Amino acid sequence: MSVNWRGLYTLFMKEVMRFLKVTVQTLMTPVVTALLYLLVFTHVLQEHVEVYPGISYTAFLVPGLVIMTVIQNAFANSSSSLIQSKMTGNLVFLLLAPISGTEFYLAFVAAAVVRGLMVGLGVYLVAGPLQGVPLHSPGVVLAFAILSSAVLGGLGVIAGIWAEKFEQLAAFQNFVILPLSFLSGVFYSIHTLPDFWQEVSRFNPFFYMIDGFRHGFLGVSDVSPWLSLGVTVGFFAAISGICLIMLHRGYKIRR
Amino acid sequence: MACEHEHRRDRQQTLITLDPAVCAVTIDNVHKRFGQVAALCGVTFDIARGEFFGLLGPNGAGKSTLINIMAGLVRADAGRVRVMGHDVVRAYRRARAALGVVPQELVYDPFFSVREILRLQSGYFGWGKENEPWIEELLETLDLAPKADANLQQLSGGMKRRVLIAQALVHRPQVVVLDEPTAGVDVELRKALWEFARRLHRDGHTIVLTTHYLEEAESLCDRIAILHHGQVRALDTKHGLLARHPYRLLCLTVADEHVRLPESLARLITAREGNRITLRLHRLDDQIGGILNTLHAAGIAVADLHTRDPGLEDVFLELTAREEEAA
Repeated sequence: MSVNWRGLYTLFMKEVMRFLKVTVQTLMTPVVTALLYLLVFTHVLQEHVEVYPGISYTAFLVPGLVIMTVIQNAFANSSSSLIQSKMTGNLVFLLLAPISGTEFYLAFVAAAVVRGLMVGLGVYLVAGPLQGVPLHSPGVVLAFAILSSAVLGGLGVIAGIWAEKFEQLAAFQNFVILPLSFLSGVFYSIHTLPDFWQEVSRFNPFFYMIDGFRHGFLGVSDVSPWLSLGVTVGFFAAISGICLIMLHRGYKIRR
Repeated sequence: MACEHEHRRDRQQTLITLDPAVCAVTIDNVHKRFGQVAALCGVTFDIARGEFFGLLGPNGAGKSTLINIMAGLVRADAGRVRVMGHDVVRAYRRARAALGVVPQELVYDPFFSVREILRLQSGYFGWGKENEPWIEELLETLDLAPKADANLQQLSGGMKRRVLIAQALVHRPQVVVLDEPTAGVDVELRKALWEFARRLHRDGHTIVLTTHYLEEAESLCDRIAILHHGQVRALDTKHGLLARHPYRLLCLTVADEHVRLPESLARLITAREGNRITLRLHRLDDQIGGILNTLHAAGIAVADLHTRDPGLEDVFLELTAREEEAA
């Protein structure tokens, strides 16, 4: 089966160029928001909370904020691009082109990964060294950052295809993505939760992305990084499968 | 609305199917429903390579659905469509590479400049830097060069329409679909677009034009299909279609605008405005000499008269009205 590599690359570049044309909105704003969280939470909790022995609350929080920013922006990239293209009607130019569903998916996910990594790097560079955050295993950090942004990029494609108006996309973002990322251990260890909520957290795939990513910085985590990697890879496979089926069937985009 | 093609197949005797080797587009028994509504009911016809083909029909006739199936934007429930011999589903890459579609709506991506848009669209089709000279030529030909680096948002409606045409041509397709290209554009741009379409045709492109403006189809197209309720009601050369209309029009200017025509002439009136009266005469049954004698006998003074052959609009209205009556 032939692959339209140039088409795939062009679509990827188009998606990257799109967010680079509005960097204040797509790169700077998320970094500033993450830093405000950091400022508020560390000011309030730094003296009161030590999640892991010998590790400050700030050092615990920074990796969580980095990956939360990565996740949210990867999702925003593919979902907002798709819904805008649908609403303005310019998605037709892509649908007229000889680009397969798989190429479409890979281009959108790759662009989401690039944006995720750029905002993640932005938050880390501003907050990490200042707050003395250790870097235990850069490879693990990078692996979880890429995988997590790919998962959310894929979820963004699903949401962007499914949503018929901005309101529906906002609902998906506010009622699914935001709660799952906030309730995943960004600001706390799940071991501090009551048993019931600990169990509930274990069903949240975002928890494993954040826990594995944090392990790359701190060398400690709530669960084994291998378990986190397995769950994240499995989640990515599931999201990719759903997304590819939708695209190959032309769900909501080819009638 | 249900398909009626089974008992109306005899009406489609004028369908022309061509040798596959000379076909640019082959449409074979295509059906499409949207819920309870049958949009296309067994549409079959071919478009020859190098042809300027018109697709006419009232709103909801199925024109856009058919174009969208050709372009892969809509999937047919049954039947096959091939573009330059390539099935639009099974060999969609080749079929889409052979087809350029100018959409009806003025859609654009607000993030990019004209040149960027053309480079992106070219890249989607697998073209790289080797296509730059063609992009520059398109910019020149369509008078877009001065605005090449302007954002699409900054362009007028006419310029946006030109960008849509450039986007449709950027991958050098053999078949170009113009979907209502002059809807809502001013007279000057309409003429420019007509000239450009003629030029594309002269350069060897197969052109498929859908339009509401029958004058446009009459002026540009070699062969025309009239779609109504998702079925092909007529498919013929322009001259063949016009010849089917057995009427001509007699336009009278009478001295007294309140005059009453004799009953034998009153039944022929198709339009009356002030002292101008248009009569529809059957080519065989109604002779002009006899009409004038009747007017003279009734004491009606005629200030002026001329005859007019029917246009495509008359043929179109006749056909669709006949369908409504039959229904």
